[in-house]
Amino acid sequence: MGHDTHVQEKSQVQYDYDRKHNAVHMRHQVVNFAIMIFFTFLAFAVVVADFSPYFIKPFILLLAGVQVVLQLYSFMHMGEKKAVHIGFINTFVWMGALIAFTIFLALLTIVWW
Amino acid sequence: MSSVAIGKEKGFGATFWDYLTTVDHKKLGNMYFFAGLLFFAIAGLEALMIRIQLMVPNNDFVSAGFYNELLTMHGTTMLFLAAMPLLFGFMNAIVPLQIGARDVAFPFLNSLGFWLFFLGAIFLHLSFFMGGAPDAGWTSYASLSLYSPGHGIDFYVLGLQISGAGTLISGINFIVTIVTMRAPGMTFMRMPLFTWTTLITSALIVFAFPALTVALFFMLADRMFGSNFFDHTMGGNTVIWEHLFWIFGHPEVYILILPAFGLFSEIIPVFARKRLFGYSSMVFATILIGFLGFMVWAHHMFTTGLGPTANAIFAVSTMAIAVPTGMKVFNWILTIWGGSIKVTVPMIYALGFIPSFVAGGVTGVMQAVAPLDYQLHDSYFIVAHFHYVIVGGIILAIFGAAHFYWPIMFNRALNEKLGFVVFWLFFIGFHMTFFIQHFLGLMGMPRRVFTYQADQGWDLFNFISSIGALLMGVGVILLVVNMFLSIKSKPLNTRDYWNDGRTLEWAIKTPVPFYNFKQTPLVRGYDPYWIEKSEGNKEGMTFAEPIGEIHMPNGSILPLVMSIGLFIASFGALYHPDGVSWSIPVIILGLGITVASMIVRSFKDDLGFHVSKEEVIATEESLYGKGGNK
Amino acid sequence: MDLNTKFTPKSWPDHAEQATLEGKNKFVGIWIFICSDIVLFASVFATYLSLKDSGPAGMDIKASELFGLELAFVMTMLLLTSSLTSVYAMYHMKNYNFKGVQLWMGITVLLGLGFLGLEIYEFYEYTVHEGFGFTHSAFSSAFYVLVGTHGLHVIIGLVWITGLIIRNAKRGLNLYNAPKYFASSIYWHFIDVIWVFIFTVVYLMGVLG
Repeated sequence: MGHDTHVQEKSQVQYDYDRKHNAVHMRHQVVNFAIMIFFTFLAFAVVVADFSPYFIKPFILLLAGVQVVLQLYSFMHMGEKKAVHIGFINTFVWMGALIAFTIFLALLTIVWW
Repeated sequence: MSSVAIGKEKGFGATFWDYLTTVDHKKLGNMYFFAGLLFFAIAGLEALMIRIQLMVPNNDFVSAGFYNELLTMHGTTMLFLAAMPLLFGFMNAIVPLQIGARDVAFPFLNSLGFWLFFLGAIFLHLSFFMGGAPDAGWTSYASLSLYSPGHGIDFYVLGLQISGAGTLISGINFIVTIVTMRAPGMTFMRMPLFTWTTLITSALIVFAFPALTVALFFMLADRMFGSNFFDHTMGGNTVIWEHLFWIFGHPEVYILILPAFGLFSEIIPVFARKRLFGYSSMVFATILIGFLGFMVWAHHMFTTGLGPTANAIFAVSTMAIAVPTGMKVFNWILTIWGGSIKVTVPMIYALGFIPSFVAGGVTGVMQAVAPLDYQLHDSYFIVAHFHYVIVGGIILAIFGAAHFYWPIMFNRALNEKLGFVVFWLFFIGFHMTFFIQHFLGLMGMPRRVFTYQADQGWDLFNFISSIGALLMGVGVILLVVNMFLSIKSKPLNTRDYWNDGRTLEWAIKTPVPFYNFKQTPLVRGYDPYWIEKSEGNKEGMTFAEPIGEIHMPNGSILPLVMSIGLFIASFGALYHPDGVSWSIPVIILGLGITVASMIVRSFKDDLGFHVSKEEVIATEESLYGKGGNK
Repeated sequence: MDLNTKFTPKSWPDHAEQATLEGKNKFVGIWIFICSDIVLFASVFATYLSLKDSGPAGMDIKASELFGLELAFVMTMLLLTSSLTSVYAMYHMKNYNFKGVQLWMGITVLLGLGFLGLEIYEFYEYTVHEGFGFTHSAFSSAFYVLVGTHGLHVIIGLVWITGLIIRNAKRGLNLYNAPKYFASSIYWHFIDVIWVFIFTVVYLMGVLG
């Protein structure tokens, strides 16, 4: 088990800088959220507007994909370089996604009838 | 777990309570090992009964129905409840020592994983006494198992669901341990191969077991709560079960074989007294096998009728797996080549493993050829193939590693002479049993039949096969005798029992204290203990820190209580389709116990305890005499 | 680790959730768990897609007629917003503002409860008014298990976060509970990730037929 972390006081300048940095970061998150909400609207709108299914299906799947990447990399901090072992986690998540995709492919194509 | 009670004899009750509440990876490793051994013995007995039944044509030693139960329980128990816990036992006991950690990342979850597995296994075995065991084969294909009368399949579904949850928890635990808790200097490319294979195996567990969980849940809902996933009259589709089961089932095979590869990769360099040949290609091959393991599952379903395109894709990907496996085999051979070989019991298991496993691998590639598989499917050829892989690979690894790691796990050694006797009995018995089954398969004997007619040319071969099985049985009994004898033998109180240990686990003196390393070691390269020894370091390690306070986790009874809750709930679910009035209340009661103990767990802070510097020194002295671990 | 260590906003570490080994373990652990959950949902999802609209001969319920978009839209908005509010909670945790953490986590729980309520209402409507019960057909079983598994995750998340809020109400942030808050928030986002696929594939593409 690990050792206790030292309690270290930040300098005033550092502290102000970090506060500001956090606030800017939060603003980015809100922008990302706005994008997600917009995409959701768009997805529902194209379905309600009754476009051709050949357009709607790939389009809303694309929107969903972008939303998920936004969630993962912005809200869930997968893009944050400083987080511990984040490269390992990225590998794992994409590996999981790949396996998930294989399962989809198989159960949509080769279940016999 | 008290910190200074070492050296004092504890009463039986206190020791028993200690094991019920322990979160120590070494004790849990031992518990996994012995639980695995118990179920290995049970499943072995089932195998003997199967072989006795098939010894002569038209035998009536067991009835057809009971034969189905035997073969189902033999497969299920061997894979889920014997091979996996035995390997988990080694992982728990050895991996934290190999990476220089004090315990695993989540000691509480480690204990929970064990108890879930154990109670799930007990639940499954209660089926024998409560109206019949599952009888649809270990694959339990839905088209068969949905219509199996009685509660056998329900036991299978619920028991595996519980023990599968335990396995998943352990898998997550090992990954986190290996990723975050390596000693300073232990980079990924300095990790011993057993640690690497444990990491990849755990990754496979994390990705494969959810598919089984889902499949079992569908089956549970279909049989007990009236859903229609697999019922074709209601729009369901039984092929979904086959897919989900094999999406789990094929990686499961690699979950078992990869740690076995890891164990042999530890044993061979020690007794060849030579650095493992091609370390980085071994790592690469392990990762590649793990990855490809997910892309081949439909080769179990060639004859289901998926169509030529799917069959061709899966045939090619299956054959591709032979490449990394071949890399491994060549690396082992080249490690032995030119080494100064010491033929000890673990080494002879390794030497026996290489040709046996290659034989199993080659027949596997034969089956990857889809058109040929149509001929071989459901014949004894398949039985011969997977027993060559499982017995020739996994079981030989477990037996070899038991001899190899016995000094670290129990501070005793197993008898060498008896060890050789066991090896030859088991090895000859194994080839006698299964080699000849290849030919039985080619001659057309189907698997999973309880008897056969005389004079089809099968009589003699079946008889030889059964004699081989008896030899294996004698071998296993003698191995257990050897284990019991070791209790009486003198404690070793030494380090590096085999004199040629290379990795960190050998640098620590046995008996291993409950905190493992009194100071965290500093790893200066691949094979760290070898480096220190060759530089004449008497302590066996360079330390990364001065002796100081050690932080250790608290024991807890809650994992056992949580598992008991699920155990009780399972009985409610089991009898639900019978329409008994108490089924739902029992489910609620069981889940209530589990949830309540989870709440207790969350609301009671568990900060662990600190072992002071003085206590560390006192423990070292009581274990190793004056001067401590020098 | 000492619970009594007192922090000020200035001495609070940058990545408090990963400052201790336990914190690092929890962070990696929750992610590995999520990876296994990805495969779990993939299996249920794929089964749903292959059993969609299939039932006993002559079944008259089709996804395109059954599903409505209004409810799904409201549920999506609730869950997406709850994702943002838990980001706010983590923002306040970075600034060592415990009141902010509790407040935004509380709002997250309320939004989650709203979502759950609507989901239960939806199930009730389908079962009672449409005759589309769990045992009705393969399609209904797959639908309830898929959306229900997600609902179960929501319930677990709600219990988890509520537990954290109550347990830590009187003691403020420290290095022991910061990783727990952080892990619960990552889990909550993951629930949202799954829902994005559910509303796209089950509801939107379901309505299309």
